Amino acid sequence: MDYEKSNFQKVLEAGKFAITAEIGPPMSADAENVREKARELAGVVDAANVTDNQTAIVRMSSIAAAYLSQGEGVEGIVQMTMRDRNRLAMQADILGAWALGLKNLLVLSGDHQTFGNHPQSKNVFDVDTIQFLQAINRLQEDGVFMGGSKCKHPPKFFLGATVNPFADPLELQVIRLEKKIDAGARFIQTQCIYDLERFDRFMDMARARGLHERAYMQAGIFVNKSLKSIQMTQLVAGMSVPDEYVKRFEQAEDVQAEGIKIAVELIAKLKGVDGIKGMHIMAVGWEDIVPEIVKQAGFLPRPIL
Amino acid sequence: MIVAEQKPINEIVDSLNGFGRIVIASCGTCVTVCMAGGEKEALAVRGVVEADAKAKGEDVSVSVVNLKRQCDDEFVDDLEDELLDGDVILSMACGVGVQFLADKYPGRLVLPALNTKFYGAAKELGYWTELCAGCGNCLLEKTGGICPIARCSKSILNGPCGGSQDSKCEIDAEIDCAWHLIYDRLSELGQLDRLNEIYEPRDWRTNRDGGPRSVRKDDVNISDSE
Repeated sequence: MDYEKSNFQKVLEAGKFAITAEIGPPMSADAENVREKARELAGVVDAANVTDNQTAIVRMSSIAAAYLSQGEGVEGIVQMTMRDRNRLAMQADILGAWALGLKNLLVLSGDHQTFGNHPQSKNVFDVDTIQFLQAINRLQEDGVFMGGSKCKHPPKFFLGATVNPFADPLELQVIRLEKKIDAGARFIQTQCIYDLERFDRFMDMARARGLHERAYMQAGIFVNKSLKSIQMTQLVAGMSVPDEYVKRFEQAEDVQAEGIKIAVELIAKLKGVDGIKGMHIMAVGWEDIVPEIVKQAGFLPRPIL
Repeated sequence: MIVAEQKPINEIVDSLNGFGRIVIASCGTCVTVCMAGGEKEALAVRGVVEADAKAKGEDVSVSVVNLKRQCDDEFVDDLEDELLDGDVILSMACGVGVQFLADKYPGRLVLPALNTKFYGAAKELGYWTELCAGCGNCLLEKTGGICPIARCSKSILNGPCGGSQDSKCEIDAEIDCAWHLIYDRLSELGQLDRLNEIYEPRDWRTNRDGGPRSVRKDDVNISDSE
């Protein structure tokens, strides 16, 4: 079946630096909310991740919100967690997503439901991220569903996964990254990076296995708006934020300007890391600052293809 | 073993409200070991139920029957008369024992006194943790003897997730990350290369997902030889 690749994939395959950000769907059925967020990112990013019940809080579905976003000219990267659906539901949803014109898919475990607003719920984890990446890859390449039956018109998603260089044990995170790539991930987004020393160690290990050449890796950048925000970030499971950054917020006269400055600084440092092919900017709670960050980091004008 | 925990005593007392002749059935196996439903605990519950009745001025008799094992005809039959000498049975066994008695005596109400928690063992005195999920297809040979289905909060088979830090699970600093344990153990055993292999998706039919399970051994039929 003929199909056109996603813009995000084309940018990366053209050897250009890919810039993505995030759209967090609303805790409501308000389509205009998504469209507004998307309009702010139009002409700023190559694609936007659309989160899937982020932090285990019920929100508009990633697929629906990604579709709305594309209506405003921002290509969606559908996120799918393994927490909320079994293999029937996930396969059904990705068929629907492709049918709606969505072309990028990021597969992730998902925060445990005890963190969110439905701690009473039952989690699923029928398959894990690596198993699901492998399953979609087989569906796309061989036209076979997980259960073994044939699919006549399989989707052709640009498949991605995440990696957390700050989770332990480090070696196992590198092994897992390799397994994700083996399973079919073509792009990789990292957890937010502050701890450059640890990230360097991680990248050394990833490069030693040649992983930087087997998938497009985007460095994750978080943008903090306040001292409280960075203090909270420091507490998030699987994050490593050196105290020096917290100190800079404590001492800053203009904390927002400092937040922007830190993000732009981190981008400048990470841009040069061997194997980093793009930036993924997460400005949770401060989404409208993304255009300014992208501009100051020197990534405008976009689109670049 | 099966680890259980006594229900809140008020809940137990409330469930017995209105019954004049109560039989408490303890169980001498797992729930005795985990100090939830053995003879000692049954006597303690009897004391509370009697005191409650006395305080309310009600005429209630409570007896305790100690079954060696509540999920086996052999042991239950021995004490059947005592067991049925009342209006209601309060079972101090796990959910298996409660249902075994309920199935055996369809006309008799059998109430649970425990919450059945998991298959586990005592990590230290008075502290039990879950070790097995009873999924029906053991994979411990691949994971250094540590079960990710029972012990990883997300039951991830190609773990860990991104929330593991300092060898602890993201959901609680008291919970060990199962995958960190697996990593340490496989390192020690010189089997780290096992982690490079992708574990395929599970066939959950062996788990509860295939419906209620049963095991039949056709070569076992002692009745003929007796």
